[in-house]
Amino acid sequence: MISVYHYMTVSAILFAMGTYGVLTRRNAIVIFMCIELMLNSVNLTFIALSSHLQSMDGQVFVMFVMVVAAAEAAVGLALMISFYRNRESIDVDDMNLLKL
Amino acid sequence: MYDKLWLIPFFPLLGCIINGLLGKRFIKNEKIIGAIGTGAVFLSFLVSCKYFFQLLGDSVKSHENIVASWISVGNLQVDWGFLLDPLSALMLMVVCGVGSLIHLYSIGYMHGEEGYYRYFSYLNLFVFSMLMLVLGNNALVMFVGWEGVGLCSYLLIGYYFEKQSAGDAAKKAFVMNRIGDFGFLLGLFTIYWTLGSKHGVWTINFTEITANAHLLSGDMILGTSVTTVATLCFFLGATGKSAQLPLFTWLPDAMEGPTPVSALIHAATMVTAGVYMIGRMNVLFVMSPTTMAVVAMVGALTAIFAATIGFAQNDIKRVLAYSTVSQLGFMFVAMGVGAFTAGIFHLMTHAFFKACLFLGSGSVIHAMHHALHKAHLDDDAQDMRNMGGLRKKMPITWATFGISCLAISGLPFFSGFFSKDEILWWAFASTRGNMFIWVIVVIAAFMTAFYMFRCLFMTFYGEQKTNPKAKDHVHESPWVITLPLVVLAGLATVGGLIGIPHVIDVAHIGNKLNAFLAPVFQHSQELYKIEAHGTASTEIMLMVFSVIVALAGITLAYVMYRKNPELPGKFTAKFPTLHRTVFNKWYVDEIYDALFVNPTKKLGIFCWKGFDVKVIDGIVNGVAKLVGVIADTLRHTQTGFFQNYALTMVLGTVVMMAIFILN
Amino acid sequence: MEIIFFYLVALVAVVSGFLVIRCQSPVNSALGLVNTFFCLAIFYVMLHAPFMAAIQIMVYAGAIMVLIIFVIMLLNLGEAERKRYTHGIVWSSIASLLVLFNVIFFIKRGRVTGAEGDITTFMVESFGHTELIGKAIFTEFLLPFEIASILLLVAIVGAVVLAKKEV
Repeated sequence: MISVYHYMTVSAILFAMGTYGVLTRRNAIVIFMCIELMLNSVNLTFIALSSHLQSMDGQVFVMFVMVVAAAEAAVGLALMISFYRNRESIDVDDMNLLKL
Repeated sequence: MYDKLWLIPFFPLLGCIINGLLGKRFIKNEKIIGAIGTGAVFLSFLVSCKYFFQLLGDSVKSHENIVASWISVGNLQVDWGFLLDPLSALMLMVVCGVGSLIHLYSIGYMHGEEGYYRYFSYLNLFVFSMLMLVLGNNALVMFVGWEGVGLCSYLLIGYYFEKQSAGDAAKKAFVMNRIGDFGFLLGLFTIYWTLGSKHGVWTINFTEITANAHLLSGDMILGTSVTTVATLCFFLGATGKSAQLPLFTWLPDAMEGPTPVSALIHAATMVTAGVYMIGRMNVLFVMSPTTMAVVAMVGALTAIFAATIGFAQNDIKRVLAYSTVSQLGFMFVAMGVGAFTAGIFHLMTHAFFKACLFLGSGSVIHAMHHALHKAHLDDDAQDMRNMGGLRKKMPITWATFGISCLAISGLPFFSGFFSKDEILWWAFASTRGNMFIWVIVVIAAFMTAFYMFRCLFMTFYGEQKTNPKAKDHVHESPWVITLPLVVLAGLATVGGLIGIPHVIDVAHIGNKLNAFLAPVFQHSQELYKIEAHGTASTEIMLMVFSVIVALAGITLAYVMYRKNPELPGKFTAKFPTLHRTVFNKWYVDEIYDALFVNPTKKLGIFCWKGFDVKVIDGIVNGVAKLVGVIADTLRHTQTGFFQNYALTMVLGTVVMMAIFILN
Repeated sequence: MEIIFFYLVALVAVVSGFLVIRCQSPVNSALGLVNTFFCLAIFYVMLHAPFMAAIQIMVYAGAIMVLIIFVIMLLNLGEAERKRYTHGIVWSSIASLLVLFNVIFFIKRGRVTGAEGDITTFMVESFGHTELIGKAIFTEFLLPFEIASILLLVAIVGAVVLAKKEV
């Protein structure tokens, strides 16, 4: 029988992988995709628990996460385009204006 | 009836504000500024006259006028209140009368000076403060005036502030006055606290202190009676303000200010504040024979000590300054032996003749200065060795100066004679006086006559020793300068007639001053049995003796400076050490420098270089450096790569989760 | 039977996720991500949330992934990728492993409890999942829903402003 713990374990693995990707990759678009991966792992947890607890709230939350992810994708990708225009690159190592 | 007393100090304050605020930008015109300044004081004089004569005809001799409440804290109730009694009325007349004359004189003397408006503004402020001091019905209002005159003295001594010496002199005066002021405050606190805590009379009002002073007898503090401690503190205040030993050195230096200022502040009025204050608190002083003895002793020593220095000075204003110190000593002798009336009497006559002397010297300096200026010479306009023979050139100045010299020397029928003789008589015959003080004072009187006439002879007689180029430019001063001189000389001549001693009162005029001031002083004198007892013949003999002494002094001066002008030189050559010592004012300034000034400076330098620079700055800079080092280390964590920040954030989350799980 | 299917899908999801984080080319990563999204959609179906599975495929695998791939193409990054495409592997591995251990430990140790609702599987199957979601959104969560729409509007405006050459 598949329990909620199975889903949550898969979710945890995906989340850790997303974290790893965010921390290691240099390409901003890939980092962005890794963030999407992390968001999706959280969505899976939400829906698993929602189903487990027989409540609709978790799924509504997933709806909102998707809305935010869509907004984020639009703005984030626009930012990347504008950054690329300025620096001819979307490598995060080139985003170093904060550096002393 | 007496509810407009506040007008008296109000007018000078108004004049000060108008001239001070509008003088530079809006009025500008010297004539208008001078008229405002002089007019303000003259108006005060008129109001003072009104109240003076009203008081003369009144049977009640003490009137208070409360304007507003000032401090009201717990037991302490202080009002902006004014007190008119014979003592303050007389002082009002002196301050306003001499003050307006000197204002008038200043119009001419200060003509063309930079900061004309400033001068008149300060001078009016001074008169205001002095009137607050005199009129205040409680010790705090008096203290406001007390501090105010000190401040104005500072401002006016430093009037030529671009001169280093003037700035130094101003600071010296201020600091020395502060030493006195702290004594005044301590005395006040002692009285206030003792009366309040032991007897439930919380007051600093003069009338109430006078009425309740008898409660203090028997109160002890540190094994001494309270009155002795308090009055000694008050007397310390008086020595500061009135330039007595040991705090007298600021007064001669104060001559850096314009001459009318020296006349008004450093001769006629402010320096007498100490005498006035003792007069005002006479009830307390008579309760402590110790303090009275100290006052008399200090006065006598100051009188003779300053007189010796006056011998050797060549600067005309310095001679007068030391003479002022010496004469103030006379007044304190009077206060110390219980002759309060005589002290106030001498205060008044001294205001007349010393103001006249100073203004006369100012007239001479003014003329000399212009002559030297015209001849483009750099000689000292105040050095008597550059003068001589000015009698023909400046007859009015000469006459008035001469009359004042006669008055100060105590020649019969001039004002100084009456007041000084009364002091001498009381010093000799009072229950609080003694032979020793009398001897010192007589010697001081002899010396006074000598150095004043030395000054007169060196300035006005003999060959004119001015540089030939400037010789013919010396002229008599304009009327605004000579008019006050004439009025003051007149007062110096007849001013003594209000206090004719009983023994020589052939016309039975009566001692008007004694009767007038009796409401203030008689009570305490009678209570403590202070009186001058002696036969009339003794008094007359003493009088004759003092006249002889004065004449001897004048004769000696005549012999040394008119007959045999080479005699002083010979004398100097014979006793070079003595002359040098006296010429350098007994090295008092140097001693003070060595004892107090330099150690204080060294302490200051230590605090600055040792403590402030090393310790304080060290701590401050050290903290800054420490922060710098820490920041420099921590700076490396700020790489500017966002993934480093993200990593840190993740690790932080991990730690927080771990804590959450482990709990 | 079901559990085997679950493991199979989970394996595909994890492998696809691994592709996302390890592929050098962003396009490959994107394909991996799409794969993961599909796997998650299957999970949603298995969890009796068919509507969520549908919008997962439409919004994520459809709209967002198209947008991402569009940008990749626009910027023409396929060949421009340099040799070194990762950094800080050691520390990042430690951090993510710690995260994983933490979460696994948390899941193993804890018991999932909470206020149980009344949306049973039976209800979902008889009423229909979409109706239930709609009812929740348009009654209980109406205000957040409206705010979410404003957020989307702002995002559109922001994206336009940022991506324009000259503002």
